[in-house]
Amino acid sequence: MPRHELLTGNEAVAHAVAMAKADVIGIYPITPQTTIIEEICNLAANKTFSPKIVHVESEHSAMATIIGAAFTGVRTFTATSSQGLALMHELLHWAAGGRLPIVLANVNRAMAPGWSIWTDQNDSLSQRDTGWMQFYCESAQEVLDTIFLAYRVSEQVLIPSMVVLDAFVLSHTSEPVEIPDNETINKFLPNFTPSFKLDIDNPCSFGALLRPQFYQEVRHKLNDAMSEALIKINESDKLWKQLTGREWGIVTEYRADDADYLFVTSATTASTAKPVIDKLRKEGLKIGLIKIRVFRPFPFEQVKKYLTKCKRAIIFDRNISYGHHGIFAQEIKSALYGVKNSPEILCYTGGLGGKDITPQLIEETIIKGTKTKLNGSLFEWI
Amino acid sequence: MKNYSKPVLDGRRIWTTPEKEIYSSGHLACPGCGVAISARTALKVFGKKTILVVPACCFAVIDGPFPYSAAGVPLLHCAFESAAATASGVRAALDQMKINDINVVAWAGDGGTYDIGLQALSAAAERNENMIYVCYDNEAYMNTGIQRSSATPAGAWTTTTPAYPGKPERKKDLASIMIAHKIPYFATASISYMNDFIDKFRKAKDIKGFRFIHLLSPCAPGWKHAESDTIELGFLAVRSRIFPLFEVENNKWKITYNPHPTSINKYLDLQGRFKHVKGEDIKAIQTEVDKRWEELCEKCDLPSQINPPEQPVQHTRNQVLSKEQFQEVLSKHFINFSDNENELAYQMLKSLWLDKSYSHFSDEELICNIIARVQMCDCT
Ligand SMILES: Cc1ncc(C[n+]2csc(CCOP(=O)(O)OP(=O)(O)O)c2C)c(N)n1
Ligand code: SF4
Ligand SMILES: [Mg+2]
Repeated sequence: MPRHELLTGNEAVAHAVAMAKADVIGIYPITPQTTIIEEICNLAANKTFSPKIVHVESEHSAMATIIGAAFTGVRTFTATSSQGLALMHELLHWAAGGRLPIVLANVNRAMAPGWSIWTDQNDSLSQRDTGWMQFYCESAQEVLDTIFLAYRVSEQVLIPSMVVLDAFVLSHTSEPVEIPDNETINKFLPNFTPSFKLDIDNPCSFGALLRPQFYQEVRHKLNDAMSEALIKINESDKLWKQLTGREWGIVTEYRADDADYLFVTSATTASTAKPVIDKLRKEGLKIGLIKIRVFRPFPFEQVKKYLTKCKRAIIFDRNISYGHHGIFAQEIKSALYGVKNSPEILCYTGGLGGKDITPQLIEETIIKGTKTKLNGSLFEWI
Repeated sequence: MKNYSKPVLDGRRIWTTPEKEIYSSGHLACPGCGVAISARTALKVFGKKTILVVPACCFAVIDGPFPYSAAGVPLLHCAFESAAATASGVRAALDQMKINDINVVAWAGDGGTYDIGLQALSAAAERNENMIYVCYDNEAYMNTGIQRSSATPAGAWTTTTPAYPGKPERKKDLASIMIAHKIPYFATASISYMNDFIDKFRKAKDIKGFRFIHLLSPCAPGWKHAESDTIELGFLAVRSRIFPLFEVENNKWKITYNPHPTSINKYLDLQGRFKHVKGEDIKAIQTEVDKRWEELCEKCDLPSQINPPEQPVQHTRNQVLSKEQFQEVLSKHFINFSDNENELAYQMLKSLWLDKSYSHFSDEELICNIIARVQMCDCT
C-alpha cells in the first residue's frame, strides 16, 4: 500500500533515491540543494537504505566519484545547484560520453555574480549540450516519481538523467506526497545490471583515446539513444500509470484542445499558470497551457502536435541565452521551422534570480501576448 | 608462474617478480620512457586483481588508443584533475559489492598530482580512501609538450620557462604535503633501484588505507637526455640526493637506501634541460639539495653527511662473470627472465661489468641496473 507524507521537493528526491537503493552517492553542500544530501544522510543513518556516501571536497569530485562507481557497475546519485553544476560541467560530458546511467538532482538556482540563491533555469540549461536527459518538475510528487523514471530510463538507454526542480518554491515547500510501496518500485525499477563495467576477468580500458574514425560514431550512437529515450520515457510513464495511477507525460497540456492562444512554459511556472488560464477562460479568452517537462531529449513531435493547433504561442522562459531569447523559446521555434500551420510566437523571459512569478504577472504577460501586434519575431523582458 | 621469494643478499631482502607479464608490449611510450618500466613492474607486484584509474597524462596515451590497451587489467581513463576522486568511486562501488581483494590504483603524472589534481588528492588522503596513488613524476607536463609544472625543479628549461635561468621557483615539496595528511604509507621509489621499488610496492599493496608512491620518472624528450640514460639518471638522482629513497610508515620516517653521495654535476650534465645551468646556479641547487637531505636525515634520526666527496668510491672488477655464474646470480636472487631476456641481460653484463664509467656502481647496483634495462626492452 502506498503511504502519504508531507514532503518538500528536496525530501521527495531523497526518499526516492533511498527507495531506488542508490549504491554510491557523492555529496557536497550548496543552497538550495543541501537539504537533499542532509535527508539522504538521515535516511542512511536510520538504515532506510545502506548506500556508500562519499563526502567529497567539491561537486567536481562528487561527479568524478560517482563516475568511478558507475563504471564499476553500481547505481549512483548526486545532487547540486548552480555553481556546483557549473563546476561539474566537464564531468557531465564525461558521464554522458561514458554512457553512464547516473541520476542527478539539480535544484535550479541563478548563477553568480552577484550571489543569488533563488531560482532560475540558467544553471541547468547551460548544460543543455552535455548529453544528459533533463526533466523539469512542478510538484514534489512529480519529483519523487521522476527520480524512479529517470533511473529506469537511464539504465535502459545508458544516458544520465538530470531531474530539475525550482529553488525554494519547490525544493523547500511541503506538499502531501504519495509514496509507493517497495513492491511497486521493484516492479518499476529492477535491480541495476550494468551492460559494461571494470572487470578484472575481462580487462578493458574505458575512455581511451578515440581517433577520428571512431569518435563521431560513438557520439552518433549517443544521439540515437536520445531518440530511443523518448520512446522509453513514454513506455515507462504508461507503466507508472498502471502501477500508481499517475502519469506525467513528456509535454503536457491544460485546456489546450480548442485554444487559440497557448501559454507555453515549464516547471513550477506551469502550476502558477493554471488558475490564470481558468480565470481567463471564464472571461472568454480561448487560452490553454502547454508544459514542457522533458527538455532533453527534445520532444519535437509533441511540440509540433500541440502548437500547430493554435494561432499564437506565448512562451514564458525563466532563463535567458544572452544575445538571443529565452532557451525554451529558441528550441520551440527551431522545432517549428518549416512546419505547416506554425503559430505566431512571442517570447518572454522573466522570473530570473527568484523574481516572483505571480498569477498577476502571468496574466499580464498573456494579455500582452494576445494584444501585441506581431511583426516578425518578438522577445521581451517581463 | 613463480611466486615471490625472499633470499637475502648483503643483509637486504631481494625480491623477484612473477615471470608472467601483465603489461603487454605494443604500448606507446617513447623509447627510454621511465613510465613504461615502472608500470610493467608495478603491475607484476599488484597482480591481475587490480583496477587502474588514469587521468590525462602520458600514461593515458601510452596505454593505447581505442580499441587497444596494454595494461592487462581494467583501466579507467578519467578527467585530468579527478584521479583520486574517481578512484574513490571505484573503491566505494567495490565496497558496496563486498569485493575487497582488488587493488584500486590511481596512476597519475606530476601535473595531475601536484597541480590540477591536488584538491581531490588531498580530500581522498584525508578520507583515508583505500587506494594506492602512484605519481610518476617526470617533472613537467610532458603529454602537452614539456610545459612547467610545480614539480619542475628550479633551473629546468621547459617550453614555458624558455629564458635563462629556466624555472625560477623551486620544486613543490609534495612529500611533506602528503605526509602531513598522516596517511598510512608514503614512499619514494626509482626504477633504477628495482629491489627497493618492488619492496615498496609490495608493502603498499599489503597496507590498507591511502598509500602514496612518488616515482621519479626520467623522460628522454622532456629532459633532453639520451634514451639510453634513463636508468643512469635514476641512479644519479638518488646518489646525488636530488631524489632520496625513503618511506614514511605510520609517521615513522626511514631512508631506505643511503647512497654513497655524488655531486649533482653529472646528473645535470646528462640533461639538456639544465644545459644553461652553470657555476653559481649549480651551487644554489647543491645547497638546496643538501638542505633537504639534512632535513630528511633529521626526520629519520640519522646523522647527515652534507658535503659529498667529489670522487665516489670506485669498485674494481677484474673478470666478467661466466654465463653460468650470472645465471646463478639471477636465478638465486633476482628476476626470472625469459630466454631472450637472459641473453640480453648477459650481453649487457659483458659490456658493462669491466666498463670504468660504471665503477661507481657496486656489483649489486650494476646488476639492478641491468635488470632495469632489460625490463625496459620489449623482448618477451
Ligand atoms: C582540465 C584539463 N586541462 C588541461 C588538459 C590538457 N592536458 C592533458 S595531459 C596534460 C599534461 C599532463 O601532465 P602530467 O600530469 O605531468 O603527466 P605527463 O604528461 O607529464 O605524463 C595536460 C595539461 C586536460 N586534459 N584537462
Ligand atoms: S614524453 Fe616522456 S613520459 Fe611521456 S611517454 Fe615520452 S618518455 Fe615517457
Ligand atoms: Mg609530468
